[in-house]
Amino acid sequence: MPAALFLDVADPWINWTWLSTHVPLFADALQQHITLTAIAIVGGLILSLPLGVAAHRWRTLRNPVLGVFGIFYTIPSLALFALLVPYTGLSETTAEVGLIGYTVLILVRNVIVGLESVPADVLDAADGMGYRPLARLLRIELPLALPAIMAGVRIATVTTIGLVTITAIIGLGGLGQLILRGLIENFHTPLVVATVLSIALALVADLALAGAQRLAIPWARAE
Amino acid sequence: MDFLGSVVTWFTEAGHWSGPDGIVQRLAEHVQLSAESVAVGALIALPVGIALGHYGRFGNVAINVSNVGRAVPSFGILVIAFQIFGLGDLPIVIALAALAIPPMVTNSYVALREVDPDIKEAARGMGYRELALLLRVELPLAVPLVMAGIRTSAVQVVATATLAAIIAGGGLGRYIIDGFAQQDYTKLFAGAVLVAVLATATELSLAAVERLLVPRGMRLLRTPTAQRAATFKTA
Repeated sequence: MPAALFLDVADPWINWTWLSTHVPLFADALQQHITLTAIAIVGGLILSLPLGVAAHRWRTLRNPVLGVFGIFYTIPSLALFALLVPYTGLSETTAEVGLIGYTVLILVRNVIVGLESVPADVLDAADGMGYRPLARLLRIELPLALPAIMAGVRIATVTTIGLVTITAIIGLGGLGQLILRGLIENFHTPLVVATVLSIALALVADLALAGAQRLAIPWARAE
Repeated sequence: MDFLGSVVTWFTEAGHWSGPDGIVQRLAEHVQLSAESVAVGALIALPVGIALGHYGRFGNVAINVSNVGRAVPSFGILVIAFQIFGLGDLPIVIALAALAIPPMVTNSYVALREVDPDIKEAARGMGYRELALLLRVELPLAVPLVMAGIRTSAVQVVATATLAAIIAGGGLGRYIIDGFAQQDYTKLFAGAVLVAVLATATELSLAAVERLLVPRGMRLLRTPTAQRAATFKTA
C-alpha cells in the first residue's frame, strides 16, 4: 500500500465539481456496502437464532458459546481477513466469514438475554394451555424476546457498516474502497464523502430498524 | 500443512525478532501507540462520564455517544487525521483516542448510575460531603464497570492501531499491510497471529486487573468480570 505523501493545501475537503460528475461511483460503493452488510446480518441471524436458543435451553452451552465468540470478537478485523486470505483469497467469502462471525457474538448474546427475560409465569401459563415446546418457543418465547433481539440487530448493523470499510484492504470495502482511494491518490473528496456517507448509512439504518421495531412490536417501546 | 509450516519457520528465524522491522520493535510500537491513545482518551472520557453519572445529567448524551461512536468508521477517521496532521504518531494517537472515548464515557456514566441510591443516601446520612461521597463510596463501587469501559476501549484501540500501518505508521499492522503489498502471505499470516494474540492478551490481562481492583466487600457479591454496558467494535 503506497503511503500518500502529505496534505496538499490546494485540495479542498470536498471538490463539489468532481463530486457532481462522480455520483455513480458513490452509488455503486454504497450499494456494495449495503449488500455486504445485509449478508452479514442475515447470515448472523441464521446462525445465532438456533445457537442462542440452544444455549438458552442447555445452560452448559451458554458460557462456551459466549466465550468462543467473545474471543473471536476481540480479533481485529484486519488480522482476521489476513488470516483468511491464504485460504479463501481476496473474496467476499473472506469478508463475510469475518463480518458474520462478529455479528454472531452480538446477536447470540441478545437472543439469550431476550429469552431469559420471558417471565416464568408466562411460560407456566403457556404450558398450562397445552403448548408443546416448539410451539411455545415460536409463538410465546421468541416474540417476547424480540425487543432484545432487535436491539442486537441494531448494534450489529451499525457495527458491521463500520467494519465493511476495512474490507477495502481485500479489494471490497464498499465506501471503504473510496476512503482507500482518497488515501492513495491523496485526494480528499472521496475520502471525506465516503466517511460521511458511511456514518450517515449507519445512522439511517439504525433509525430504520428502530422504526421497524416499533411497528413489529408496538407493545415494547424501542430503546 | 506446508503453509502453516512456513509461518512457524518465519517465527523461528532470529532475524524476524530483532532490528527496526523486528517483532520486538513492532510490538513495542503497537503497545506504545495503544497505551498513549487509551491514556489520552481516558483523561477526557472518564471525568466526563463520571461527572455525568454522579449528577445524573445528560444521560441520553452519555448513552448515545456510544451509538454514534460505533457508526464512525475508524478507517476513515484515521485517514482523515493523517490528511490533517501528516506523517507520524500524532494523527494516529488523535484518531485512536477519539475512538477510545465513547465506550469509556458510556460505561463510566452507567457505572455511577448503577450505584445503589440507598447506599448514597446512607453515606449522606453519615455526613459524607459530595466529594467524599464520590471518591470513597461511588467510585469504588463503580470500579468494575468503569474498568470494563477501559477494557473495551483498550481492545478496540489495539485492534484499530493495526490500521495505523495503512497511513505509514508502525506497529504490528506493518506485517499485514506489507504482507499484502508484497504478496508475502507468510508474513501476512504471522502478523495477523501476532495482532490477534495481542488483542486477546489485552482483553484477558485487563479483565484480571479489573478483578484485582474490585473492592474486597464487593468481591463477595460477584466475582465474574463486569458485563460491558456497551459492546464496541470499530476495527
